[in-house]
Amino acid sequence: MRRYVTTRRLDRAFLELYRIYSFIIRFFKEAFLPPYEFKEIIKQCYEVGVRSLPLISVTGFIIGIVFTNQSRPSLSEFGATSWLPSLISIAIVRALAPLVTAIIAAGRVGSSIGAELGSMKVTEQIDAMEVSGTNPFNFLVVSRVLATTLMIPALMIYTMFVALMGAYVNVHQHELTSLTTYFGQVFSAISFLDIFSSLIKSFIFGFTVGMVGCYKGYYSSKGTEGVGKAANSAVVTAMFLVFIEELLAMQIINAIRAM
Amino acid sequence: MHKETPKINYTDKVIEIKGLTKSFDENDILRGVDLDLYRGENLVVLGRSGTGKSVLIKIISGLLRADEGIVNVLGQNVSKLTPKELQQLRLKLGFSFQNSALYDSMTVAENLEFPLVRHQTNLTRRDINRIIDVVLDAVGLAQSRDQMPSELSGGQRKRIGIARTLILKPEIMLYDEPTAGLDPITSIEINKLINEVQRRFKTSSIIITHDLTCARSVGDRLVMLLDGQFQRQGTFEEVFDTDDERVQSFYNYNFID
Repeated sequence: MRRYVTTRRLDRAFLELYRIYSFIIRFFKEAFLPPYEFKEIIKQCYEVGVRSLPLISVTGFIIGIVFTNQSRPSLSEFGATSWLPSLISIAIVRALAPLVTAIIAAGRVGSSIGAELGSMKVTEQIDAMEVSGTNPFNFLVVSRVLATTLMIPALMIYTMFVALMGAYVNVHQHELTSLTTYFGQVFSAISFLDIFSSLIKSFIFGFTVGMVGCYKGYYSSKGTEGVGKAANSAVVTAMFLVFIEELLAMQIINAIRAM
Repeated sequence: MHKETPKINYTDKVIEIKGLTKSFDENDILRGVDLDLYRGENLVVLGRSGTGKSVLIKIISGLLRADEGIVNVLGQNVSKLTPKELQQLRLKLGFSFQNSALYDSMTVAENLEFPLVRHQTNLTRRDINRIIDVVLDAVGLAQSRDQMPSELSGGQRKRIGIARTLILKPEIMLYDEPTAGLDPITSIEINKLINEVQRRFKTSSIIITHDLTCARSVGDRLVMLLDGQFQRQGTFEEVFDTDDERVQSFYNYNFID
């Protein structure tokens, strides 16, 4: 009979924390050591990056239009609609593009990673890799986490551009602003720190989405119910963590700006 | 089905287990199991569902850790191996899973290639294709090379699962319920394949099953797991020559008159 150090629940909670810690440490150990699964990393980059483009394009473009449309009435009250490109660019570059990209990735990629690894766990495919002397962690986890960490920043840059184009369509329709003037105002409003901090945030968001999806799938409980739970929990946890990270990042970046 | 007498070396133990215990939460599954597997032998482990048969071979392959006891595989204590040493030992073990565990995003050839290219990095594409053809031929599925696992029948999946383990030329084969979920004719084919693998690849095997037809066809020696321990051991006839009700009910359940 198994004996518990504290209580059954508390033991499990500590075990879970330890498992998360080991999972992250193991990723960093194995990501930099051979063998490198280049073929799988490229395949996953395609899955995360290229396959997300249609959804990102539509969402980014619509967000640009909607945000501009909703901001116009407030600015026009003060006769300041000419500030729209500056306002929109700051909002998109600093917060909307990284957040929207991460949330879409959590929904599309995080759930798919959670379900895929969960189903591989349930059907003993992960065990099969392990007993054939192959490292399933390197093949499945490292490749996927690297793909999300590298591709989500790239997608974020693309979202920025698409959202700014969506905003331009709306601005041009109402204020007849030319593309050159619009982008002139956009770039005068944003700084290197804005783009750099958003890129750093996106790397962190990408790492989080990949890590959570892989962790939930890799340790999903047995049975088909476990697969569903892994996919669902991957999305919910990743989104929650992304918002927390955004909040913390905002505080740090504002502190840097104030220096 | 008549089985050819295999060459078993009863002085050479490839697996040696002593006092093995394993619990899950409050359930004691294995309670002091002792077991030896000799070179060239097909050993069948019988027992009802949930008695810990699969747990036993998962401990042997290092997928699960024993709570107590010693598990020596090819002279190495599995619980004391480093991850790297365990990975090396696993190259000498073949594990055929109950549900075949084929990688469903890969074709049959890619499934077979997967372990091969990771352990024999000096192979050319031509060598890889030749080795794949040899093992596919050994399991009688040369025509299934480019099929996806979802396009295969249950019996074919089992065969490909066995082929994938054979590609690394293991010394020991572990079969987890090889005939579960298969019709009687396909089961007989799988039993023949297990004997063929023993003869052709000179493997020593542990076959986990509750199918007595399979046990009789492939087993050189049988052991029966009851209440977390091996209670009966010997040939098929020796194991079932008892008045023990639990053993008799297991027999009667398989061969209902």
